[in-house]
Amino acid sequence: MSIKAVNLGHTYHPGTPLETCALKNISFEFDRGTWFSVAGHTGSGKSTLAQHLNGLLLPMEGQVWVDGMEVKEKSRSLQEIRRKVGLVFQYPEQQLFAETVYDEIAFAPRNWGVPENEIPQRVNLAMEQAGLEKNCLKRSPFNLSGGEKRKAAIASVLSSVPDYLVLDEPTAGLDSYSRKELTSLLVRLRSEGMGILLVTHDLDIALQFSDSILVLQGGTQVVWKKPQAVLEHLQANPVPGLKLPDIAQLSAALREKGKNVPLTWQWKCLKTALFGEK
Amino acid sequence: MKFFNHLTFGQYVPSESLVHSLDPRCKIISVLVLLTGIFVVKHPAVFALWGVLLGCITAAARLPFRLVLRSAKPVLILVLFTASIHIFFTEGDPLLQVGFIRITRQGLVMAAYMGLRLLFLVLFASFLTLTTRPMELADGLERLFSPFVRFGFPAHELAMMMTIALRFIPTLLDETDRIMRAQLARGASFDRGGLWKRLKAFLPVLIPLFVIVFQRAEDLAVAMEARCYRGGAGRTRMYPLCWEKKDTAALGAVLTLVVLLVIGDRRLFF
Repeated sequence: MSIKAVNLGHTYHPGTPLETCALKNISFEFDRGTWFSVAGHTGSGKSTLAQHLNGLLLPMEGQVWVDGMEVKEKSRSLQEIRRKVGLVFQYPEQQLFAETVYDEIAFAPRNWGVPENEIPQRVNLAMEQAGLEKNCLKRSPFNLSGGEKRKAAIASVLSSVPDYLVLDEPTAGLDSYSRKELTSLLVRLRSEGMGILLVTHDLDIALQFSDSILVLQGGTQVVWKKPQAVLEHLQANPVPGLKLPDIAQLSAALREKGKNVPLTWQWKCLKTALFGEK
Repeated sequence: MKFFNHLTFGQYVPSESLVHSLDPRCKIISVLVLLTGIFVVKHPAVFALWGVLLGCITAAARLPFRLVLRSAKPVLILVLFTASIHIFFTEGDPLLQVGFIRITRQGLVMAAYMGLRLLFLVLFASFLTLTTRPMELADGLERLFSPFVRFGFPAHELAMMMTIALRFIPTLLDETDRIMRAQLARGASFDRGGLWKRLKAFLPVLIPLFVIVFQRAEDLAVAMEARCYRGGAGRTRMYPLCWEKKDTAALGAVLTLVVLLVIGDRRLFF
């Protein structure tokens, strides 16, 4: 049970003067119940990659497999793949349209043909998961606060009960409190067995939570490894536009000065190395 | 899956060709001359010559021919509609009669003429937007209209409105594309069911789009006011237009060709 990409490649506007290669030779795999992050600078192909995982974009080269089903044109499993892989776009609150938050969240399950009597249950579960207050149900999604809108949008994807959740820069424009809430939601979903794919330019979050990280640069794969190995790689070969977390920079600087500390992004780990256990 | 191929909407395609480098005023007048010329064509052979001219301009603009043809796609329905109206509603010698539907020879000929004319019209007009940046185009129009300013004609305001409208077409298409994808990801489908169902399926796209459009309009207005925008009076340009010899030459060539084609057409027809 995993999502797998093999030598994935994608070119926009092929055969025209605007031809651009967005992805080339990308390969990775991640299982349900794990957190996989795709990190890269603007224009590195992260969002293009995300849209391949549920068949909104179809691979031009290579293949994408979701739980053993190949993502390809006119495949009958395409709808099934879209249900399995929930996709939260960047600024998902911009796609809200319904009269009430309830209808908004019920939109996806209704599309998937879930019987009407099961829908309230689905909506309640999704709202709980996303951490949305019950009293929002009857309100218009346009009257919610920014953070609540984002939660409603995420709930509207969770209501499909996906096996994988792909999020494109979900923390963009959120304050630090909402950001923390969101990451703890994702951690909880992972522990419940959902596969999480986070597209981000924020290495801090990627390193902190991921089981593995894929780094993209200009549409090509720089490295796909566990967080610690990725940090070591990026420290040795910096990628423009990807800033290492402050703690990682500090520990790297200390190591350069000859201090015996590990290269790490965790304050706790660095503190122990510097000052010993309390 | 790409819902809108932006190139089909006659968007500017950058290239370093002669046609691209011409003054926008030259291109606007040339296109007007060409469009007028097309409307007087009556002979099939001359239509073929117009086709050759179309090919020549495409080559001079260094555009792929397929791309130019594709720019006519959005109006294909209009062309077919016009042609079918002419087929069914022109009086003349009947060729075929089924019930009250009658197809006449004159009808078929008229349909072919009108269809071709419309098609050529769109194709030639698309050169203007394919080879000219929207900003240049607006600049050119403003300058062409500037003699009428003294009679109260709002040349600058019109040009500005046009620039903004043109500038936002690709943005809004992108926006629409993105919202459609987002709703597809939530299980929406836009290509199934009857007409009513399909129209209803578009509501989840249209509502967010409207919200975004108004937001953008407001943002833009605030940004313009914050920079003390107050219309055209006393405004100078970063890139003033300059009419060169090649513009005169190009305009001359177009005029000569069109006049020759029109005269040729008359000769063949009478």
